[in-house]
Amino acid sequence: MNSALVIIFLVAAFSLGLGLLARSGKQMTLEQWTVGGRGFGALLVFLLTAGEIYTTFTFLGGSGYAYGKGASAYYILAYGTLAYVLSYWLLPPIWRYAKQERLVSQSHFFARKYESPMLGVLVAAVGVVALVPYLELQFKGLGIIVSVASYGSISSDVAIWIGAAIVTIYVIVSGVRGTAWNAAVKDFLILAIVIFLGIYLPFHYYGGYGDMFRAIDAAKPGLLAFKPQGESVLWFQSTVLLTALGFYMWPHSFGAALTAREERTFRRNAIVLPVYQLILLFVFFCGFAAILKIPGLTGPDIDLSLFRLSIQTFDPWFIGVIGAAGVLTALVPGSMILIAASTLIANDILRGLRPQTSDETVTLVARCLAPVVALLAVWLALLGGQTIVALLLMGYSFVTQLFPGLLCSLMRNNPATKAGVSAGIIVGVATVAVITLTHSTIVGLLPFLPLGVNDIHIGFIALALNVIVTAAVSAATGPAAAPALAGRA
Amino acid sequence: MNNVRWLAILPFLGMLIGTAFVNNVEPLVFGMPFVLAWIVGWVVLSSVIMAIVYACDPANAKADESDERADR
Repeated sequence: MNSALVIIFLVAAFSLGLGLLARSGKQMTLEQWTVGGRGFGALLVFLLTAGEIYTTFTFLGGSGYAYGKGASAYYILAYGTLAYVLSYWLLPPIWRYAKQERLVSQSHFFARKYESPMLGVLVAAVGVVALVPYLELQFKGLGIIVSVASYGSISSDVAIWIGAAIVTIYVIVSGVRGTAWNAAVKDFLILAIVIFLGIYLPFHYYGGYGDMFRAIDAAKPGLLAFKPQGESVLWFQSTVLLTALGFYMWPHSFGAALTAREERTFRRNAIVLPVYQLILLFVFFCGFAAILKIPGLTGPDIDLSLFRLSIQTFDPWFIGVIGAAGVLTALVPGSMILIAASTLIANDILRGLRPQTSDETVTLVARCLAPVVALLAVWLALLGGQTIVALLLMGYSFVTQLFPGLLCSLMRNNPATKAGVSAGIIVGVATVAVITLTHSTIVGLLPFLPLGVNDIHIGFIALALNVIVTAAVSAATGPAAAPALAGRA
Repeated sequence: MNNVRWLAILPFLGMLIGTAFVNNVEPLVFGMPFVLAWIVGWVVLSSVIMAIVYACDPANAKADESDERADR
């Protein structure tokens, strides 16, 4: 075992210890386990929702995307910002309603708003489907970090198993509080490391940012701006809009929002969080720095770029520090996602179908399900084949389908009916599933459309269909408010 | 407040529509490709805009006491 691995495992053990410590003195009811008893102050909510962005997705996925796809990575900077702007108006009414009705989850929110337990079950199912690729990408990231940091002595498959085991253990023992404490440690560490790498690597190898980008532009013309076709400006626009609207539709982000003590927390965060996003820039710089120094990574391997370049640059002990930060960026969100998914199945799907299920049973089932869900994600991660960013975008395509129904439910006179919203969600999710599984394109299916339409993100097209179906079915099933929505669609 | 609120549309216009017109590498701004610098500029402006919206929103001024009380 080299010094890099020793450091990584010490940090993993430390975070497990923090999780156990956070649990002491607290009795774990379901509300306690999932939304921390709704008692988190601004700082912890900030860390939970902000920490969310600094996951493996950005650390490895963001740098990898900058390395492999160039300008396309810029979208990551844009969508979070727009989502925070939206959150100023979106989150307070959600929080107020959830508090008043003592709701702990997104699917309960839908079920109560639309007075339809079945809609709640549907929403929960969409959440679970979307969360699995998200969890998969955290495990995949863990695998990359541990195996690269071991200089090949631990295979990435074994590393994925180790990471999944740690996540599962601390989710079972401590729930969301463990996550919050680790989020604090993780954010500090990742902040320091990403800023350091993002400054050091470009200056060390190229002498500065301007020189680095000029060198890249000369070697690979067109990489640093959006392409005329494929991942074009249209792709950027549709992807940013899709992911900005979907940002708070994730069951775990929704859940993190419910942990706040007061609603002003969200409004204050909407000011700070956009600038906090700028740390992503340094992540991109790492990926860009790797382009000319570690050539030849393609396909899913682009996610390795940051680590490969670091290994070429630094001593093993420092690889250990980077790796430890990377491990935390996968463990913390990984545990939140795992909590969200297992709670969804136990509390929302199971109880939605069998309302008489007791709290004790639900808590127990949720805990028992955590390892099952983790195993599913491990299995998918071992199959491999997709880049980290592609996995997250797939999740987003599913989860954003919940946005129209949520938005309508917040209006004073809800124009949508439960039948309309259900039909819209089903059509949206089915569109994404069919197009993804059959690898078809929009213009392939509808040849009369101009070729540029193919650049629109598929999730966005599904969202448009979703809105049309929601409006049409609501118009057909809802008497009073129907004309208004039909007119808008 | 009602009018100030509409400022929040600007980040959407700037990032989504604006980007189509500035999709260039040159000139580099702070060493960054122009289109990247454009997006970064809007990220910073978004924070500024939200700070203005927050300051002008009466909900944040008077919520002080009632929120505290709701906690106890």
